[in-house]
Amino acid sequence: MPRASIGAPIKGPSALGSDPRRLWNLTRTLAVSDFKLRFFGSALGYLWQLVRPLLLFGVLYVVFTQVIRIGGDVELYPVALLLGVVCFTFFSEATGGAVGSLVEREALIRKVEFPRLAVPLSSVLTAVLNVALNLVAVLVFLLIAGGRVRLSWLEVPFLVLALALFAAGLGMLLSALYVRYRDVKPIWEVALQILFYGSPIFYPIDAVAERSELAAKLLMLNPFAAILQQARHALVAPSHPSAAEAIGGTLPLLAPVAIGVAVIALGYRTFSRRAPHIAEEL
Amino acid sequence: MNARTPAVVVDGVSKTFALPHERVHTLKERVLHPLRRTTTDTLHALREVSFAVAPGEFFGIVGRNGSGKSTLLKCMAGIYSTDRGQIYLDGRLSAFIELGVGFSMDLPARDNVIINATMLGLSPREARRRVEAVVDFAELGEFVDLKLKNYSSGMLVRLAFAVMIQVDADILLIDEVLAVGDAAFQQKCFDEFVRIREAGRTILLVTHDMGAVHRFCDRAMLLERGRIVAVDEPDVVGNRYLEINFSETARNDAEHQRAPGSTERMGDGNAEILEAWFENEAGERVTVLPVGGRCSFAARVRFVAAVDDPLFGVVLQNDRRDTVLAASTLWSNPTPGRFSPGQEIDYLVSFDNLLVPGRYHATPAVARQGGGIAWIDRRERLVSVLVSGPSRTDAVVELPYEVHVRPATGSPAPTEVPS
Repeated sequence: MPRASIGAPIKGPSALGSDPRRLWNLTRTLAVSDFKLRFFGSALGYLWQLVRPLLLFGVLYVVFTQVIRIGGDVELYPVALLLGVVCFTFFSEATGGAVGSLVEREALIRKVEFPRLAVPLSSVLTAVLNVALNLVAVLVFLLIAGGRVRLSWLEVPFLVLALALFAAGLGMLLSALYVRYRDVKPIWEVALQILFYGSPIFYPIDAVAERSELAAKLLMLNPFAAILQQARHALVAPSHPSAAEAIGGTLPLLAPVAIGVAVIALGYRTFSRRAPHIAEEL
Repeated sequence: MNARTPAVVVDGVSKTFALPHERVHTLKERVLHPLRRTTTDTLHALREVSFAVAPGEFFGIVGRNGSGKSTLLKCMAGIYSTDRGQIYLDGRLSAFIELGVGFSMDLPARDNVIINATMLGLSPREARRRVEAVVDFAELGEFVDLKLKNYSSGMLVRLAFAVMIQVDADILLIDEVLAVGDAAFQQKCFDEFVRIREAGRTILLVTHDMGAVHRFCDRAMLLERGRIVAVDEPDVVGNRYLEINFSETARNDAEHQRAPGSTERMGDGNAEILEAWFENEAGERVTVLPVGGRCSFAARVRFVAAVDDPLFGVVLQNDRRDTVLAASTLWSNPTPGRFSPGQEIDYLVSFDNLLVPGRYHATPAVARQGGGIAWIDRRERLVSVLVSGPSRTDAVVELPYEVHVRPATGSPAPTEVPS
């Protein structure tokens, strides 16, 4: 038989595919077209992407500086709040978009061979494009509010990348599960709300630490909270405690890092196991 | 086996789907009924399918709905994983299961061409470079920046097809994409396939359309219930396909006709026609006859009383009730002898099947000879048979013929035109 000369058999559908360039090309193409489509037909276009977090920020700002007075003694509280809102918007967009992504792109998955991972990753990448835009707005606010340009700003892109990777890990996990269990979506929406109140977004982590050191440290176990806190330290003002300071040292900081890595690994493993069968189960 | 390395080898591929009776979609159902196991049916979509396609071949895959042909295509395209078996491809493969996959109506044609071509395997840079070629082929040059929602469906199909043929692949898998579009467009598609094939590429076409298989394919494969029935010349496979298709229809029809008293019956009852059937060349009872072969009509008769020299016959009518055959023993064997009560005989009417494809109804009869015809038993349209095969004309029968062109005898030689 001529089989020996024809080479290895085809592998069937998989998460990564055989060509990483193709995975990247597809992820990028899907994300860019999604980004273009998002505000298609709206008068303000991309501006909406800025307006939404700004509106949430405005409400929170009024409530927590004029009514409840949480952030009175925090340096550059408004900018820290805005950064928290922007990061949370990014995280909820990336994961929330990824959950249903496989089901929404059913037509594509059932009709074309391509690395399946491109679908949830493109949802995350779309959110990255948006957050890049929003961070520019944060910078403008920061400079207006009197923030100083510091070298530590260079940390921010890496923190965004870390947050994107964490979101991608969750996105892989959730999108693969959602194909089978349609309750994943409402559960995740609730989880995101808990995350909003359970992370130091509108309250400073110091305020928690004053009441209970342990509670603050437990909150910082959450990779999202750790990244956000570090971003405030690096971007807004050094008086905001860094992630390591908030959790009590560099060694304890390994805990949220480990949790993040574990989530990414679990997400990838789940996704690549399900990937060959996604087309059949949709 | 072809001396050259085959372009495609499918080796013992099996694929099953688990079809749950009650799909548990929500965790609540899971939690509330933890003990209720979802029972599943196993659907064997493909069973041990093996074949090879030579490079440059135009290979047809035909089969009825649910025969597994689309599953096979999706396995080859890498969309489904196989349960068992291997698929080997020599070269790059592109599968066209649907035209215009990933088109977004709100984006202009240019963006959509890039997205679609990237999905099909080009790099974005390559895709951007070919936008012009695609738009030229689709003859949509002036509409390239128009949003797709403003396109007519014909323009959409043209654009999608133009993208598809821009994708370089050594092996093309095509799944009935031609079902869309008008006749002129389909012709353009096929012209393009022929051109692609002449460029030495391999094409696998999945279709119901036997006409396309006849016209374009070098070889074809017939699938039925996940198994290969035949891999052969398109004509042979086409006939098998029609047989399978119609034998199923014939079976359904037979069930409908089982109602008692549905056939009209005449005669004095001295003999009974018990049953009637058709036989193929090998003498097997069939409900479908291929065009062309030798075949027979047969009926079984039991005599109730003694009868001398009866006449056995049959009338064959098509669906329009044209009589295409009236056969009897009147001329060939007027004195078959004496039959005693209780005796059973079969009589056979054999003929070359010159009938055109369609359904034919047989009315067998036993009669007494003499002045006029006195029926002993006559059963109107007792059985029917389906004649299958490619239809070449719409004549009632296909008489064998030859056509000659010759100079007219005795006519004057052509005169030179004076210049």
